[in-house]
Amino acid sequence: MRSDGSQSAPLGLKIAAACGLLFLHLPILLIFVYAFTTEEKSFVWPPPGLTTQWFAVTWNRPDVWQALSLSVRVAAISTAIALVLGTLCSAAVSRTKFFGRETISLLVILPIALPGIITGIALRSAFALADIPFSFWTIVLGHATFCVVVVYNNAVARFRRTSGSMIEASMDLGADGFQTFRHVVLPNIATALLAGGMLAFALSFDEVIVTTFTAGQQQTLPIWMLEELIRPRQRPVTNVVAMVVMLVTLLPILAAYYLTRDGDQIAGSGK
Amino acid sequence: MTSAVSFQKASRHFGNVRAVDAVDLDIAPGEFFAMLGPSGSGKTTCLRLIAGFEQPTSGSISIFGERAEGVPPYRRNVNTVFQDYALFPHLNVLDNVAYGLMVKGVGKAERHKAAEEALSLVRLPGYGARRPGQLSGGQRQRVALARALVNQPKVLLLDEPLGALDLKLRENMQEELKSLQKALGITFVFVTHDQGEALSMADRVAVFNDGKIMQIGTPEDIYQRPRTRFVADFVGSSNVLPPDFVQRYSGQHRWGSLRPESIRVGRAASGITSGEGVSARLVSTNYLGATTKLALDADGLRLHAIVPAGTALPGEGEAVVLTFNREHLHLMEEPA
Repeated sequence: MRSDGSQSAPLGLKIAAACGLLFLHLPILLIFVYAFTTEEKSFVWPPPGLTTQWFAVTWNRPDVWQALSLSVRVAAISTAIALVLGTLCSAAVSRTKFFGRETISLLVILPIALPGIITGIALRSAFALADIPFSFWTIVLGHATFCVVVVYNNAVARFRRTSGSMIEASMDLGADGFQTFRHVVLPNIATALLAGGMLAFALSFDEVIVTTFTAGQQQTLPIWMLEELIRPRQRPVTNVVAMVVMLVTLLPILAAYYLTRDGDQIAGSGK
Repeated sequence: MTSAVSFQKASRHFGNVRAVDAVDLDIAPGEFFAMLGPSGSGKTTCLRLIAGFEQPTSGSISIFGERAEGVPPYRRNVNTVFQDYALFPHLNVLDNVAYGLMVKGVGKAERHKAAEEALSLVRLPGYGARRPGQLSGGQRQRVALARALVNQPKVLLLDEPLGALDLKLRENMQEELKSLQKALGITFVFVTHDQGEALSMADRVAVFNDGKIMQIGTPEDIYQRPRTRFVADFVGSSNVLPPDFVQRYSGQHRWGSLRPESIRVGRAASGITSGEGVSARLVSTNYLGATTKLALDADGLRLHAIVPAGTALPGEGEAVVLTFNREHLHLMEEPA
């Protein structure tokens, strides 16, 4: 934590930090600016004029709405699958000791360490081999592979901090397995699941690589944006959508950050 | 009369580890029963067998006459006070205490009333709105006790409940637990590695070692008449005397034990050893407040003596003569 919050950092460090932040965030600001430009064919700096007409244009484009709806549905269902599988898996790994436990733990985490392109190719060949046509569900399956990891990691960390005797105490006091899960386990891992779920949602929402391999003709929002950049027509629409995507993914990630931070304190206070 | 808890040749093996090995045990209703032993001796596994967290690999267990094998913890009329208290951090104290009634479907008003009563019983009235995290160790312990007692269990299991408390608090809790048990008449089964605690609180004590019960008896029995060298040594660090030594004083070739407070220490009278005494050398003295503990070396045999404070003592390294009443020399059953 902060060892001496009152002491001010030296000037050189401040400048370096400012440069780092600018390097990270200036390009994003540029995207925001281009959302208001009057030039629609290419990105010119400085913008020849400013307008808000692209918001209306975007609002009236059905392809945007289709892509957005597909992305939200895919993200929601992948997250739901991940929440169930990730929680079950983390409970098994952290509550019991069995042969091959470490291996299973590693195998669950692997999809997020693997390059997306490998996951994508692997899934595509598997789908082809099993004669599964590309559809909404193939995209969901592809996304679930890495969403499970995020939920699993969050839940496993929380399970490790919750005392095992709490579950025994609940059983001892007369609660069966379901009641124990409902009244003791779930309240204690809820914030971790919320954080993991939000992170999973955000990951799925802006995923490109795995999606290109597992989607047929359908376009999720990021894929739609890629296509738009190739065809120069109403380019600022892409920027407007980019702004929306940023907000949609940023808010859950921020929320997840604050939730897990508070969660640590909750878990720690029980000790 | 039916036993509160009865073990018939009950074993719990984990692979090659015999945590509990063919234990026979009968705990009477209303008894304050202590399971005493070093860590890894099987006493906690025994407790978990009663609670239902473990199932016996062989043998049988019954609680108030009902067979307990295969009965899950939530269907046993037995409650546990856990070593780490295991309070639910997401519930306040009142809901923690009312938990057992809540899962049984008791209405909110009624279970909160019962929880308040249980909190008064452990002298924590009005603490219901607090979170477990806001309580001290001693208070958490009382909440854990109230949470177990509110269910009116037939048997209350306590797993080293005083281990995490400081000395003063521990002594208070010992007295309180004992009077609580007398008042409620519930069978208490208490696991501890602290022999003082077991002797001062329990009606009967079972001494565990290596998954087996070495001896069951009243505190006086265990303390005055240990049956084996292990019990003599573990319960209050008696002097364990080898058969050859014992033969000289009792005529029997058996292992013996001698309480440190039974040994009298006198100065060696100008080099002449009397026929009665054992000549020894004082190795060190250890001041304990009310008493002083002496380490002695009697011809290679290490002995301890405890004398009242204020006794005139020889200097360290000096030769002394040890005397004791023959009847204080206890002969153990363990074969020589």
